[in-house]
Amino acid sequence: MGDFIEARRPASAMPAGVAGNRTPRLRVRGLSAGYGGRTVLHDVDFDAAPGRVTVLVGPNGCGKSTLLKAMARVLRPSAGEVLLDGASLHDLPTRRVARALALLPQGPTPPEGLTARELVAQGRFPHQTLFRQWSAEDARAVDEAMRAADVAKFADRPIAALSGGERQRCWIAMVLAQETELLLLDEPTTFLDLKGQIDVMRLLRRIARTEGRTLVAVLHELNLAAAFADEIVMMRDGRVRAAGAPEDVMTPPVLHDVFGLDAQMLRDPETGRPICVPRTGPETPA
Amino acid sequence: MTRTGARAPIGVALVFAAMLPAFALHVSIGATAIPLATVAEAFAAYDPTAFDHVVIREHRAPRALFAATVGAALAVAGALMQGVTRNPLADPGLLGLLAGAAFAVSLAVGAFDLLDPAWTPAVAAGGALAGAALVGSIAAAAPGGATPITLILAGAAVTAFLGALTTLALLLDEATFQALRVWLTGSLSAGDRDVFLRALPWFGAGFVVAFALARQVTALALGEEAAIGVGVQVLRLRAFTLLAVVALTAAAVAVAGPVGFVGLVVPHAARLLFGSDYRRIVPGSAALGGLGLLLIDVAARRALAPIEISTGIVTALIGAPVFVWLIRARL
Repeated sequence: MGDFIEARRPASAMPAGVAGNRTPRLRVRGLSAGYGGRTVLHDVDFDAAPGRVTVLVGPNGCGKSTLLKAMARVLRPSAGEVLLDGASLHDLPTRRVARALALLPQGPTPPEGLTARELVAQGRFPHQTLFRQWSAEDARAVDEAMRAADVAKFADRPIAALSGGERQRCWIAMVLAQETELLLLDEPTTFLDLKGQIDVMRLLRRIARTEGRTLVAVLHELNLAAAFADEIVMMRDGRVRAAGAPEDVMTPPVLHDVFGLDAQMLRDPETGRPICVPRTGPETPA
Repeated sequence: MTRTGARAPIGVALVFAAMLPAFALHVSIGATAIPLATVAEAFAAYDPTAFDHVVIREHRAPRALFAATVGAALAVAGALMQGVTRNPLADPGLLGLLAGAAFAVSLAVGAFDLLDPAWTPAVAAGGALAGAALVGSIAAAAPGGATPITLILAGAAVTAFLGALTTLALLLDEATFQALRVWLTGSLSAGDRDVFLRALPWFGAGFVVAFALARQVTALALGEEAAIGVGVQVLRLRAFTLLAVVALTAAAVAVAGPVGFVGLVVPHAARLLFGSDYRRIVPGSAALGGLGLLLIDVAARRALAPIEISTGIVTALIGAPVFVWLIRARL
């Protein structure tokens, strides 16, 4: 990953978060949502604060991706609302939302033949109009995003020719090129090896910290969440079961409640972050 | 800019430029060959008393213009359909639009004696829309929904059914059969100047909407969720695409009858040559489709001269093997 994200952001994007203002930009109130009559999310409340990395975790089918989709207006809620700076997200013009909020979908399949740079350039869509399709500002944003996600060296290769990890970093670069204050990422570390996962999470944390942007990510890997999240939201059966700092929610009782997991907790000797170690010895009678 | 990206606009311009010699060739050949010098004269210094000049201006040049316009329209319609449905086999012919339009026009002429060319594009548009709706709803009702496979199967069924109805209607009505027999095989020889003029607004509107939508079609190719994420209004885009596709298909059918496979094959050629960005595929398809149908119409007139083959028969002869190749390579 690049060593820095330049702080060249539009003036409007200069975050209050850096100054310590933690007013959430994105609020979820009483949200229920689902697919074709089947309700997956039940009455969820949730805030995402600027300058912080919020991570949604939970067992498969717990509704974490559904929550992310509803927050990204991909899914219309059946009850409740998502508020972007106090306005109902699903009533705002979609292009205006896209200038404030970016989405990395889960396991996206890129179109054949598009090059890495062409894919990243799609992130500029909400900043363009029919009659002003490409500006120096767009070129700068794409270059910066590609440098930050470390994909500049294969800019002109077709996406189809890249490895899964390289491809995923191109998608992340596309989301960065959108230059939004809020980023929603559904499993941004899939297809990445361990080093790649750490690089991506470091990049995301840096974006949140140094630019005060709001990051919400769905992660599968508990220890990755514990290492990088400022706030972990644990979900099960479409409801939030626990939310808070990693050291507060990563406890054996909570993990047992949410994941049905029997685990011990250790601490990272360097960062002090919790590490979850599931018991893998022979099963003992309860 | 990428390698293909930087060169693509030049490539598209070259293909558009190549239409001029193709146009001249098309006009020059025929029952009697007319020298290119005379072709140029007919436009530069028109002499209404010169027989060759009249043939060129009144018959051959219009036909060449029809070929280029119809080819461009069908190719752009196919490109939009392939982009928005993310289906490499989408095409006005395979998904029932050509059959719907042809059936509607046959019905209007046969059953309602609606011979006024003013109506032809509108009737064809109604038929194309109905054909598309029928195919779409049959495929959507299939288990698994509207996948490339179910759409193609539904398209084949609807095309066969409407084709049978069209044949039936024509068998019962000798006069209509004689009037439409050639047109129904997809022929530019039946092209009518009045119909072309009436179709012109449909062509124009279709092309304008297609070029305006190109950027969004590229974004939609990222997948629906990613497209929403960058701010594409997916439903609105689909609706406008459908309108553009129906307008282009209807205008093309009104002029030349159902000419198959142009909309399937040309966008793939454009993609190979100009990359995957629809801001290049749409103009690239227009240029390649126009050029392609000009050259194919030359072949249709010369291959078995003095007998003329319908243009639609030649496009099918070329298109069917490409279709097979696409199924093997892309599905």
